[in-house]
Amino acid sequence: MSERVAVRKTYKLFIGGKFPRSESGRSYIVQDSNVVLASRKDARDAVVAARAAVKGWAGATAYNRGQILYRVAEMLEGRREQFIALGVPAAEVDAAIDRWVWYAGWSDKLPQVYGGANPVAGPYFNLSAPEPTGVVAVVAPEAPALLGLVSVIAPAIVTGNTVVVAASPAQPLPAVALAEVLATSDLPGGVVNLLTGRITETVPTLAAHMDVNAIDLTGVSDAELAAELEVKAAENLKRVLRPAAADHDWFADPGVGRMTVLLETKTVWHPKGV
Amino acid sequence: MRTIHGMTATATSARSDLSELGRSETALRTFLHGLPGVDQVGAEQRAAQLGTRSIKTTAKAQAIDLAIRMVDLTTLEGADTPGKVRALATKALRPDPADPSCPHVGAVCVYPSMVPYVAEVLRGSGVHLASVATAFPSGQAPLEVKLADTRAAVAAGADEIDMVINRGAFLAGRYQEVYDEIVATKEACGDAHLKVILETGELATYDNVRRASWLAMLAGGDFIKTSTGKVPVAATPPVTLVMLEAVRDFRAATGRQVGVKPAGGIKTSKDAIKYLVMVNETVGPDWLDPDWFRFGASSLLNDLLMQRTKLTTGVYSGPDYFTLD
Repeated sequence: MSERVAVRKTYKLFIGGKFPRSESGRSYIVQDSNVVLASRKDARDAVVAARAAVKGWAGATAYNRGQILYRVAEMLEGRREQFIALGVPAAEVDAAIDRWVWYAGWSDKLPQVYGGANPVAGPYFNLSAPEPTGVVAVVAPEAPALLGLVSVIAPAIVTGNTVVVAASPAQPLPAVALAEVLATSDLPGGVVNLLTGRITETVPTLAAHMDVNAIDLTGVSDAELAAELEVKAAENLKRVLRPAAADHDWFADPGVGRMTVLLETKTVWHPKGV
Repeated sequence: MRTIHGMTATATSARSDLSELGRSETALRTFLHGLPGVDQVGAEQRAAQLGTRSIKTTAKAQAIDLAIRMVDLTTLEGADTPGKVRALATKALRPDPADPSCPHVGAVCVYPSMVPYVAEVLRGSGVHLASVATAFPSGQAPLEVKLADTRAAVAAGADEIDMVINRGAFLAGRYQEVYDEIVATKEACGDAHLKVILETGELATYDNVRRASWLAMLAGGDFIKTSTGKVPVAATPPVTLVMLEAVRDFRAATGRQVGVKPAGGIKTSKDAIKYLVMVNETVGPDWLDPDWFRFGASSLLNDLLMQRTKLTTGVYSGPDYFTLD
């Protein structure tokens, strides 16, 4: 009997809940695997998918979003060994799982902490409520590949934003594996869209895209590129998160900053009956 | 084109023959059923193949501007108000207020009761004013009502009338009745152009589409239009291909050129450009003009504008920067 030939995996993009190849048909090799080299058209398609998903995701209840983020943690726990096999240290996988749970808990608490009734001098109820900003483009940190990625996606989506993420070009395999986790976690298609390939190819398109509301430059290590991207982002007044410091400790308590920066505050004045 | 140059004595006799057809039911039926059948698989394959052409850069920019000029900007809702149609007419004049080089659309298409409000805005602009008439969209009303509907729309200022054929009569084989209605409506139109809506989604076969196209052209229609946009199946590439072949053959036989208007379901620039490729490849550049080819659409215009902005600025645009209607 002939020996069985193992099925090799093709690492593809994750756009709109599906795993398409690049429109350009290109790929590059990482850890002996073919990984898609996304083009600017893939970036455009990802923004379309992310925009289409905003209504449903931002409109879902905070409780529901929290449940889904928790579900991501569950699925990630189940695939722990797979990530370790890809070279992610066990401690990092555990930290990534815990991070999903931590952010999941914030879903229905953040509006309580960052919104509420304002005291005003007049016969009005004055209420502020944080709302998601919309479509967020994210450049994931180059390392740690898994924990860094989770630490930028989870705070953006927990409040109702949808994201287009450019994964670390040097370590895309954990990112694509995470996309498989997200695809099986009740997360609606298009809430997270993942592009692999060169940052210089996809991110300038995202930074200039008029239908993107915010850009997170965390993983951009080249200061000149970061400045160029900020200039592009200024055209439609995107919210910009500046690159993270090189010695940033991803294992430390993340704080709420990454969530609150991607929110808009809606304030309502309501006349008070006498 | 070859057929045009090739016709001499035979064409003249064919021309007189065709004008006689409307005089008897039997002659009409014999002619329409004598038209060659449509090869369904072939038509679908041809339409799909023409959809694979890659149109880029300067060609794309030209195609987008042409498509904008061909748009019949349409609103046919029960909820239309004078304010809404006025806003639409204003958009027709200057689709992209941020870019004066953007051409105006071909026409605005509304219900007859909305015509006066649109006419005020469009007067002297070169944008045509189309109105649906003849008991749109079903066409199920007595002839007098349909003709009164048409006359009212023309009197109110419409210079193009989109009529619906009587599909009930057509499908029952009463071709003479359909023919006479089109003739009567054409007469009621006066100087206004007549577009004949075949509602191909209800005609079931490509053979019927070909017959209805010929019937509409024989009866004097200036344009043949696929659909009302009110039934689930609207314009499709193969149906439009069959209609384009019909206008080509009709011109070859009679010397009269008839326009084509696919309507309904065309939402993206990519779709529109596929249609333009089909027009060029099937009937040639003579039809690549807003006088001979139109798109019945509403959301298509915004996509064309977004693509146009992308080509001029190099930056992907978003729906936030264009009007909703």
